[in-house]
Amino acid sequence: MQKRKIRVLIAKAGLDGHDRGAKIVARTLKDAGMEVIYTGLRQSVDQVVSAAVQEDVDVVGLSFLSGDHLVLLPKIVQRLKEQGKEDVAILAGGIILKRHIPELEELGVKKVFLPGTPPEEIVRYIEENASRS
Amino acid sequence: MGSDDTQKAFEKWQDTTLKKVLDKSTEREKTFVTESGIPVKRLYTPLDLEHTDYNKDLGFPGEAPYTRGVYPTMYRGRLWTMRNYAGFGTAEDTNRRFRYLLEQGMPGLSVAFDLPTQLGYDSGDPMAEGAVGRVGVAVDTLADMEVIFKDIPLDKVSTSMTINAPATVLLAMYIVVGEKQGIPQEKLTGTTQNDILKDFIARGTYIFPPEPSIRLCLDIIEYCYKHVPKWNTLSITGYHIREAGANAIQELAFTLANAITYIEKARERGLDVDDFAPRLSYSLGCHRDLFEEVAKYRAARRLFAKIIKERFKAKNPKSSLFRTYSGSCGSTLITQQPLNNIVRVTMHALMGILGGHQAIHTSCWDEGYAIPTEDSARISLRTQQILAYENGLTKTIDPLAGSYYVESLTDEIEKRASEYLEKIDRMGGMLKAIENGFVFQEIQESSVQFQREVDSGEKVIVGLNKFTIPEEEDFEEQDIFEADPGVETLQKEKLTKVKAERNGEDVKLALSKLEKAIDSTENLMPCIIEAVKHYVSLGEICQVMRDKWGEFKPTTYI
Repeated sequence: MQKRKIRVLIAKAGLDGHDRGAKIVARTLKDAGMEVIYTGLRQSVDQVVSAAVQEDVDVVGLSFLSGDHLVLLPKIVQRLKEQGKEDVAILAGGIILKRHIPELEELGVKKVFLPGTPPEEIVRYIEENASRS
Repeated sequence: MGSDDTQKAFEKWQDTTLKKVLDKSTEREKTFVTESGIPVKRLYTPLDLEHTDYNKDLGFPGEAPYTRGVYPTMYRGRLWTMRNYAGFGTAEDTNRRFRYLLEQGMPGLSVAFDLPTQLGYDSGDPMAEGAVGRVGVAVDTLADMEVIFKDIPLDKVSTSMTINAPATVLLAMYIVVGEKQGIPQEKLTGTTQNDILKDFIARGTYIFPPEPSIRLCLDIIEYCYKHVPKWNTLSITGYHIREAGANAIQELAFTLANAITYIEKARERGLDVDDFAPRLSYSLGCHRDLFEEVAKYRAARRLFAKIIKERFKAKNPKSSLFRTYSGSCGSTLITQQPLNNIVRVTMHALMGILGGHQAIHTSCWDEGYAIPTEDSARISLRTQQILAYENGLTKTIDPLAGSYYVESLTDEIEKRASEYLEKIDRMGGMLKAIENGFVFQEIQESSVQFQREVDSGEKVIVGLNKFTIPEEEDFEEQDIFEADPGVETLQKEKLTKVKAERNGEDVKLALSKLEKAIDSTENLMPCIIEAVKHYVSLGEICQVMRDKWGEFKPTTYI
């Protein structure tokens, strides 16, 4: 059976307008052969969740640079669960203090990538952890 | 010595002295290029400047083409304004930080607003959740602005406001705060960023579609020309374009293309270029490559002077001045071994000074984590003060002029930026080039290339892809500013209180007047000033505009 392409939603939740990093990650994943959907800026929690459901993605990658991750991420995780999407791997990246990571992981965020992470490392992580046949 | 002699001597050097060394060992790289990919020769000599006409291409400071600076005495007369960006939490927090910075000798304020404010939402709006007071100060009504500038006489400071889509509302509030302090609007000095085009391109804090957005921008230009003559109405900003991934040439070209668009639009409204161009200012980033950056600033002044004269037939020399506020590119700072950022920021300030800017912003070493602490904000200001007073940088004007390399780079950057401008003209102008995706794609490709070069190690970032240390030995985050989650509740309560105390009839009337004004072609500033006086909130005003104009939905490119 042919392996299904890994489907990834890269999302910007909240009001932050900086998406250079999100777009770099999106491009790198695309170049690595994944199916990548980028939401664009300023998505509400509901918009992110419904995009993830509609696009039937394996991975949701969220970029946070303005400090609202502790407010928005729990809601997104919760709403995805409610939609029966607990198998979706939720990844986060951006300006997130190290001391916030345990709390986020406990919540169900699978992995947090901090500034300076080579995009290739994110590709490898997704290939190893999120592929389904 | 004639140029033939130099040519011969140069060839001789290549064939003898240089050749001997190159035969034995190669250089570190096969080719050298600037940060933006311009090839860099081994050596620059007078031969590279053979076609330079000093009077025409460089001239004298304070005279066209302003390559050497916009003022005749530059820093000998007056130092640049040290203007560091600050603002967080509640109005009270920001007022405290501002007064601290003023006490520390910072002459100009630069207000950072939180994202809900920048996007026209009140603190109680569901969209504002988690973002109130985070990346800047929260402003809902005039009451907040009154507190931000409490005990700061507005005739003694100049204030730069990083505000774009709702700039009319914040300027209106500032005018009213001044009025309440007894300072007439004629005396106010400062800047509204008000550059919505770069928000469409790079910064992302747009609200309305391009046409009404530009109308708002022009309303400020026109209103201030008539009533707030010392206000810098629009700061056309390349900084964010650079930060979004553009290289130095694109940054300059797109900034100038935006400037051309605003000037054209203002003239379509019937304004004379010499009435408003003197109040336009510009902002460019300070990135990594010192010589390229300095050349960029010099090329910018020269190219702009040509454009304003040739394209727009400006007669007032003040219209030709490319006055700049430069800023540390935050994207060049990293979170690994973060104290090293102090060195990077020092270089940013140095580029700004050698580039002849009128105001300089320096970043703080801990900005990669959070809002700077008071300590790191002071170090950043001290960095500028050290360079201003200790290192002999300010004694002569444009000290890098005449460097064979810097002059060659200045020419090259001007040439390459001009080529971009021609291309954009052929597309039908900048609005078309934004609409058809050209600008986004150009920036995205440069951004991807930068990342590739960092990943491959071709571009070295010390502490990130070279000279790294294990994570556990690196900086511990304990002294980082942690935003107070209570701010949001506090701010919401304050807004509720203000709304309860204001006169509901006045509010209704002000909003319906605004609605009518939007449907007409009149300048919206008087209506907005009237509204904020009655404590109509930013969110209420922007909601009327949202209802009338809708919101901009861009196409994104990855």
